[in-house]
Amino acid sequence: MSHPGTLRTEDHGAAKRELLTFRLGEEEYGIDILQVQEIRRYESVTRIANAPEFVKGVINMRGTIVPILDLRIKFRFPEVVYDDFTVVVILNVDNRVIGIVVDAVSDVIALAADEVRDAPEFGAQLDTDYLEGLASVGERMLIIVDIEALVRAPELGLVDAEFAA
Amino acid sequence: MATILAVDDSASLRQMVVFTLKEAGHDVIEAADGVAGLEAAKSKPADLVISDINMPHMDGITLVRELRGLPDYKFTPILLLTTESSDEKKQEGKAAGATGWLVKPFDPEKLMSTIKRVLG
Amino acid sequence: MTIDISQFVQAFLDESFEGLDLMEVELLREQALDAEQVNAIFRAAHSIKGSAGTFGFSAVSDFTHGAETLLDEVRNGKREMTPEIRGLMLEAVDRMREMLLAARDGSAHDPDRVAETSGRIEAMLTSAHGCPGTDAATPVAADSTAAQSGVTHGESRPTPAGPWEILFVPQSVLLRSGNDPLGIFAWLAELGELTVHCETDALPALGALVAEDCLLHWRLRLDGEVEEAAIREAFEWVEDQCSLIVRHLGQPPATVSEAPAASAPAAPLDAQPQTAPGGRPVAANGAPVERRADAASIRVATDKVDTLVNMVGELVITQAMINTIGHSADQLDARAVEQLRHGLTLLERNTRELQEAVLSVRMLPINFVFSRFPRVVRDLSNTLGKQVNLRIIGEETELDKGLIEKLVDPLTHIVRNAIDHGIESPERRRAAGKSEAGTLVLRAGHQGGNIIIEISDDGGGLNRERILAKARAQGMAVPENASDRDIWQLVFAPGFSTAETVTDVSGRGVGMDVVRRNIEAVNGRLDIESTEGQGTRITVRLPLTLAILDGMSVRVGEEVYILPLTAILESLQPTPEQLHTISGRGRVVRLRGDYIPLVPLHNLFNVPATHERPEDGIVVVVESAEDRAALFVDELIAQHQVVIKSLETNYRKVPGVSGATIMGDGRVAMILDVDSLTRLHGTVH
Repeated sequence: MSHPGTLRTEDHGAAKRELLTFRLGEEEYGIDILQVQEIRRYESVTRIANAPEFVKGVINMRGTIVPILDLRIKFRFPEVVYDDFTVVVILNVDNRVIGIVVDAVSDVIALAADEVRDAPEFGAQLDTDYLEGLASVGERMLIIVDIEALVRAPELGLVDAEFAA
Repeated sequence: MATILAVDDSASLRQMVVFTLKEAGHDVIEAADGVAGLEAAKSKPADLVISDINMPHMDGITLVRELRGLPDYKFTPILLLTTESSDEKKQEGKAAGATGWLVKPFDPEKLMSTIKRVLG
Repeated sequence: MTIDISQFVQAFLDESFEGLDLMEVELLREQALDAEQVNAIFRAAHSIKGSAGTFGFSAVSDFTHGAETLLDEVRNGKREMTPEIRGLMLEAVDRMREMLLAARDGSAHDPDRVAETSGRIEAMLTSAHGCPGTDAATPVAADSTAAQSGVTHGESRPTPAGPWEILFVPQSVLLRSGNDPLGIFAWLAELGELTVHCETDALPALGALVAEDCLLHWRLRLDGEVEEAAIREAFEWVEDQCSLIVRHLGQPPATVSEAPAASAPAAPLDAQPQTAPGGRPVAANGAPVERRADAASIRVATDKVDTLVNMVGELVITQAMINTIGHSADQLDARAVEQLRHGLTLLERNTRELQEAVLSVRMLPINFVFSRFPRVVRDLSNTLGKQVNLRIIGEETELDKGLIEKLVDPLTHIVRNAIDHGIESPERRRAAGKSEAGTLVLRAGHQGGNIIIEISDDGGGLNRERILAKARAQGMAVPENASDRDIWQLVFAPGFSTAETVTDVSGRGVGMDVVRRNIEAVNGRLDIESTEGQGTRITVRLPLTLAILDGMSVRVGEEVYILPLTAILESLQPTPEQLHTISGRGRVVRLRGDYIPLVPLHNLFNVPATHERPEDGIVVVVESAEDRAALFVDELIAQHQVVIKSLETNYRKVPGVSGATIMGDGRVAMILDVDSLTRLHGTVH
């Protein structure tokens, strides 16, 4: 029953999970919808002194200070633009609330576990360490991001570990 | 003289309970946890059960519930040993079918006066 | 019958040591603990607590109570088994073991250490992390208090002696809990002279009788010197399975409690519909009395308080927002502006009052810290052969709970230092013409928006020459013609100690630099005044709360930052003549003969500034732990009260910044950390 053509379905089978898909440059990515808290327009941020370039700054989200990360900068996408489609996906990962800047949010799709294939060693701008796998959605290839691994990655520096003041 | 089942995982407390009850002329069966207590209860009907609440394998509340399910123990007084802070536990115990409770710390005198209440 | 319980003590000790070993093994596991492991740890603690009380080791029992409660919260999922809790529990295991060993060997244990660990456990228990737990627990506690005040209300009045009339109407299920009305009556008969009248109205025809149901009810009369509480105690086990009316004969009904109140709110336990809060049993041992003593103070879950603090924070923000509109609204007519301003004044006052009221929930008297000092002073002066009179003033001064906890260590250190290094031996004091006994004064009080804690002694005071010599010997930079104040500050430098002999008491381990860091970590400041031969006074100045800060907003290019007002000494527009360059050390501002390093904030934070030349902008002279610094900014904007928000909740610590706040326009502004800024500046050069 579950071949790629029937992905978009009303069937909430037990094994299916929902993903929010978004674009980074030319690539389409998916993250588990359970981690998505809300989607906001990109608004100006307050810079954090001496932070890495991809940490755009922080915003006030109803009294909570939320850091905004631009993965396009982190993963050296050739073109980083902020336009009317640019949105921030607010995620709740590891009890941290963070926002990631994406080029556009596309869709919510349901995917069964057996529709996800392991990611090859190349093919995406993101390091495979942070990829959970690939899935085909019609003609499109969807890259599924392991957002927790990404947030915990030392190079992102969100987790304080070796940070010295 | 009654047959009393004493269930407690703490050897020292059990020793004290058993010793006190035996001194008073009762027949005492000991068990170190709920599972052993239930087995003992099944093999020899007791007139009174005194059980601790926090025990490995099966806790006192579950033991009460299991006992109340046995025809022989429908009306048997079952006292739980509890600490004064655990109002919640008393309620939980009552809901499971316990008769009453004995608040820790207690001494032999208090034990005797308490069981008098159910054994008459 | 008397039974000597000491014969069971050996068994108790054996099993307790076993339990402690088990706790230790589980706690030291490298992996995360699963539910059963946590349960096993809890049971061990629970068991020790219960048995210790029974066998007469109430100190062990009391101490273990906190650990047990904490473990209970972990086991119920109200709290996570963090490394911190594991560490704390291991510490608790050590204390229990020490206490039990002492009990076994008849030796003494160290009650201070026990108290310390207890304090830490208590602090952990009241910390906000256990939020779901406290949430769930609070309504239950409130219920039972309410229920008890109903049930035991008569207790506070002188209880009349009998006769009592008792109407006892059991529910039909009563027998199924193993309770027997006759047992209860036997119990009552021991209290006084009991007359039992059985009412059989409810009995059905014999054929329909179910032997398991209790369908009788009773009217009892009890004569004698009996208190109502004692009567109720007899019905304690069946309170939720009967209606009970206890009435003093010849007087209006004292209290009436009907357990199966149909309108009772959702019972905490769903098993039986008759389990209503009104029927909550009252512990036989006088627990309700204890609770009533507590009634003067409210126990509030810290997370709720934190929510309130956040709400007030929002209110403060809103107020700031309206303020912004009010001051920029030029299209309103003069009258409207006048009204708006008036409204704003009111809002501001209301906000402040609400804020104070809410914050006060978190306040505790400083006596929580001070109360330990009589002991510390006595022990230490005995050890050192000194005579010290301790005076405590203002111990009722309240301060934030979070602050109290963080003050214990630094204040203890200062007090020990004062006795060790400050107050002289009786001989020396006599030689100096002073009374043999020195005086140590601990004083707490308010001053402006701050809490002031003073620790003063009438000892020998600081010795300027000795400090200077010591500082030079350690290669510290000492300014020429340094003022006394500058020299006393050297005492707070890392690794500094003037004591000629390093004593066990305060000469080793942490120094005054650590004390200063601890105080500054809570936005406090430390000052020292001393007169040789007359004594030393150390003043700790603390903010009223950790949640709100008085700040000055400053602008650098397009960025706005907040500087804590307490750190600001002055601000000025420097003249070109005041600016100098010192090779290798950057630029300095000359101010009344002092040279203060210039710290251009835009360089430090790497942001474009409006003004490149300090003489075009403003320098704000701030005082950091180590030194003063002249922060160069574009503009001073305004003074605000700001609500401190953590950056670390979702991000991480940022050098130069202690937190963030939300400004009137909804934007985030960073709160600058002056110490960290000057250090940052040091690394740039």
